[in-house]
Order: sequence, then structure tokens, then C-alpha cells
Amino acid sequence: MNSIVANRASKSTVEKAAGLIFTVCGLVAVLAVVSITLYMILKGTPALANVGIGELLFGTVWKPDAADPSYGILFVILTSIFGTAMAIVLGVPIGLMTAVFLAEVAPPRLAGIVKPAVELLAGIPSVIYGLLGLMILNPLMYKLELLIFKNSSPPQFTGGSNLLSAVLVLAIMILPTVITISESALRAVPGHLRSASLALGASPIQTIFHVTIPAAKSGIISAIVLGVGRAIGEAMAITLVSGSSVNFPLPFNSVRFLTTAIVSEMSYASGTHRQVLFTIGLILFVFIMIINVSLTKILKRGEVSE
Amino acid sequence: MRKSVKFVSSLCALTLAMSALAGCSSSSSTSTTAAQTTAEQTTAEATIAETTAEATTSEAAAETEASEAAEISTDITGTISMAGSTSMEKLANAVAEAFPETYPGVTVTAEFTGSGAGIESLLAGSVDIGNSSRNLKDEEKEGGAVENIVAIDGIAVVVDTANTVEDLTQEQLIQIYTGEVTNWSDVGGEDQAIVVVGRESGSGTRGAFEEILGIEDACAYANELDSTGAVMAKVASTPGAIGYVSLDVLDDTVKAVTLEGVEATEENIKDGSYFLQRPFVMATLGEISEQSEAVQALFAWLQSDAGKEIIASVGLITVD
Repeated sequence: MNSIVANRASKSTVEKAAGLIFTVCGLVAVLAVVSITLYMILKGTPALANVGIGELLFGTVWKPDAADPSYGILFVILTSIFGTAMAIVLGVPIGLMTAVFLAEVAPPRLAGIVKPAVELLAGIPSVIYGLLGLMILNPLMYKLELLIFKNSSPPQFTGGSNLLSAVLVLAIMILPTVITISESALRAVPGHLRSASLALGASPIQTIFHVTIPAAKSGIISAIVLGVGRAIGEAMAITLVSGSSVNFPLPFNSVRFLTTAIVSEMSYASGTHRQVLFTIGLILFVFIMIINVSLTKILKRGEVSE
Repeated sequence: MRKSVKFVSSLCALTLAMSALAGCSSSSSTSTTAAQTTAEQTTAEATIAETTAEATTSEAAAETEASEAAEISTDITGTISMAGSTSMEKLANAVAEAFPETYPGVTVTAEFTGSGAGIESLLAGSVDIGNSSRNLKDEEKEGGAVENIVAIDGIAVVVDTANTVEDLTQEQLIQIYTGEVTNWSDVGGEDQAIVVVGRESGSGTRGAFEEILGIEDACAYANELDSTGAVMAKVASTPGAIGYVSLDVLDDTVKAVTLEGVEATEENIKDGSYFLQRPFVMATLGEISEQSEAVQALFAWLQSDAGKEIIASVGLITVD
């Protein structure tokens, strides 16, 4: 045990060796990111040149296997953006209210039930969400579809596999992310702010909306951004419920997201078709990068303001 | 506190940096002993392993001799190259994997360039077998290609079990899939919307279905699902849905409709009365008997039980 104090030389060798090993471990992550980025760029750009950036990004016809193939992915990109936005609009208010409930108003015993439930929600594999969506949500959605279009006819009956189903599944999937991060942001708000507000005569609810939530703003915004990241990157759950036909993202249309476009066709694709799927991956990658960069910016700004 | 820190760091040193242990006499001597013991054990294990290996080899040799006496020789060497239909990718890959298990000396390579391109390569002499998921054209046969049908791909059209429609004509099927007909009442069923379910672009089943009906890239799918199982589940759970799947996955959860009055069964596909089918051809340049030993062995193997098992395992119907 005391062998380590043997002499200065051996001690410094140990220190150096340990330092080297830690550096190597750290480099693995960096190396992975760099190689993934390089690979995506190398694999994703040829199709941009082969098909043409304009035709690829702004074309609306997706017929990769036709005799005269067409690789327009505009609807796919729009679906990812609209779908994610709708999931955020639905999921964030619910998530934020749950976080307020947990951090501010819930009696400890009730919070003790809700909090594990939220954590469990985060642990459920996405394919389970998809299966439940397929077996329960889709038939219900089909009934709604038939009800709404009883007298007029929609462009096409989808059997419930539409954008709305995917959005509902996504909204539930981002809840745990939004709740846990906004909750810790709310809890981190110093107690004297609340006390001051209450002392000035504000009601607890006024305090929550005018003092606590604004004070936790940067944390809540990062929760939303992470929710966006989770929603835009999700594939497994929505591939089962969204119908996967390439259409304009209207609520009752069968749609295809960036992620599901890759998973559904990768297995048999070849040639330019395969290259285009890599380009879709690259676009998704760029979206995730934008989200991460904006998250870092928000967190930095939060630090500065504090 | 200080002691425990030292202990941890010495542990780190033990595991992480062997060279640093030169100065630590007690630790290093222990580890050397351990290493020696391990080495001895390893030697012992190796000896056992060798003995086992010898035993296995001799048994295997005996088996090989026995099988050689009973059947044809399996020690053919050579390579078989095939090229062609992308629809036959599953079959070709399964064959390329399973065939060398029986004939270890033969390597099978497969490329997927499309039926026409495959036959072209065959006629040009650059491959041994041209894969084609359609019957050979007359000019291809004139060029010397011989049509060897090794399997048949059959597709069943399924609807949900509550649907009252029992039969569809080819024309009706085309109208449904191109979106001309959107209600079951137009094809003799109840007043119910049709939900058109299909497979994703690039799927062999979709390719075959659209090719046989002549509606390539003209289909209006409400759902493009990426597996046979997903199509079955969707059709089973959606009133008014219609889908197509390989014949071998049919079960009670869905109802297979008859086409032009003909039921989707193996017999009807083999006698040609069921139209939603296509042959899988492994064409050769000249008769099989004129081919290399390895190619002849491949065709003989495809007719054997082992070969038929592989054909059935990728969802195809074997031919007699």
C-alpha cells in the first residue's frame, strides 16, 4: 500500500500514465464525433451533386425506384419540422405544468407518485410507444378520420396512420425530458425570490408565473430545445404510426419523417437511392447540430445573466 | 484519508501501468507469480483443446468418408458467380451462404444489377448464372440463355376479416391501387372507405406486385410499411384496409381474397391459374449439364431437401 511513495520517478510515471489513459478515453468520444461528421459529409454529399441540390431539397415527388426516378424530399423535411413543432406545442405546456406541479404545488406524497411515473415514462423503449400507437391510437384516429370526413372525402383514408398520430406519440415521448429538466430549473430558483414575491402580497400562483418561471427561463428553454432534439431524432415509434407515405404534412395525411425515410428504405436501397438516404441523414445531422449549438448558446447566456 | 487515496492510486497503477510497477517490489512479485500460474493453466487448457480438436477432426473425417461413400463427392472446388435481379437478393444471398456449408470448396458470389443486366452479363460470359425475376425473353433465349426456374414468388392480397368482398379481378385490383376506386361498394362490398396499404419503395414484394399488375410507380398508397409483419398488423387492425404479402405469411388475422376466382394456394400458383406470381430464374449459358462441376452441383443441391429448405426459408415456393 505504501509502495506508491517509493520514489519521485515512479510516482511521476504513474501520474503520466494515468493522465495519458484519461486523455485517450476522452479522445474516443471526440474521434467518434469527428469520424461520424466526416462520414456523413462524405456519404451525404454525392447525392446532392448527382441529383442536384434544388431538385433534392425542393422537389416534392419521391419515386426513387421509378424508371425515371425522382428524389424530392421537401415534404419529408417539412414533415419533420411541422411534426416536431406540433409535438412541442402540445407537449411543452403539459410538461411545464407538470414540472411546476412537482416543484411548487404538489404535496410531497403526491409528488412521490408522479415523479417515479415520469421517470418510468422516460425509460419505456420507443418501440413500445410505437406498438401502442399502432394498436390503440391508430384505430381511434381512424374513427375520428371517418367522423370528420363523413360527408366530404379526404384525399385518402389512411386508416389512422397520419401526422396527428405521430405528433401525439412524439408529444408524450418528449414529456419526460421537458418535465425533468424544467423541474430542476424551477427547483434551482433561489427561495428568497419566492419569499420576496409572497411578502409583497402576490398569491402563490402569481409568484409561480411572474417570478419562478421567468427566473428559471434559461433552464426551461434548454428543456424545450432538448425536447426538440428528442422529437426530431425519434424514428422507431413514429415509423409504426405515421403511415410512411410521402405527402404534405397535413394533420390527416399519411406522412414520412426524415428519420423514418431512412429506416424504412435503407434495407433494400441501392445506387443513387441509397446515396439520397445518406443525404437525408446528413440533413437530420445538420438539424441536430443546429439544436445543439443553440442549446450551448442558451446555456452560456444563462450563465452570463446570472 | 491519505492512506486510502494512496491505496486507490496504487490500484490504478497496478491495472493501468505495468511499467510503473518496477519500483514496487511487493506488488510486482505477486503479479509475476499470478502471471506464471495463468500461463501454466493456459498451457494445460491448450493441451486439452488440442486433444479435443484431434478427436473432432477424426470424427469429422469419419463422417466425411461415410457421406462420401453414400452420396456424391462434396469436395468440388471452384467459384460460382451470379448477377441479376434485385428481387432475388434474399434467395441469392441465402444460397451463397448455405451452399458452401455443404460444399466448402466452392465460393458463391452474387451481384444485384437487375434482371436484364444479369442476363446480359450471362450472355457476355462474365458470370456463370444470370438471375432473373421474370421469364426469359425470346431474344435472350436465342442468345443461348437457358431458363432454369428454381422458385416461384407468390403474392396474396389480404383484407381485414370483416370485409365482405371475397373476390377481385385484376382490373379492380389495379383500380384500387392506383386510387381510381376508393370505396369498397364500387367493387361489390359494403359502403366503406378503402385504406390502401403497401410496402416501401425497394421492397421485392412491392416490385413484384406492381410489375405483375403493370402499375409501377403509379400506386397511391395510404401506408407504406417497411415489413410484411407491419402490413399484416395494419390490415388486421384497420377496417377497410387492403394489403399484399408473400404467400407464406398468411394466417387467420387477415382474409386472403381470391383473384379472378382463383384462391392463393401453392397448387394454383404452380399450375399458373393464380396470376399474382412470378418465376425466379437462374439462367445458364447452355444446358446445366454443359456447366462446370460446381454449377451442376449447385442446381442439384437446389433440388435437394437442403436446397428446398433454403428456398422455402426466404418465403418462396419450390418447383418440382
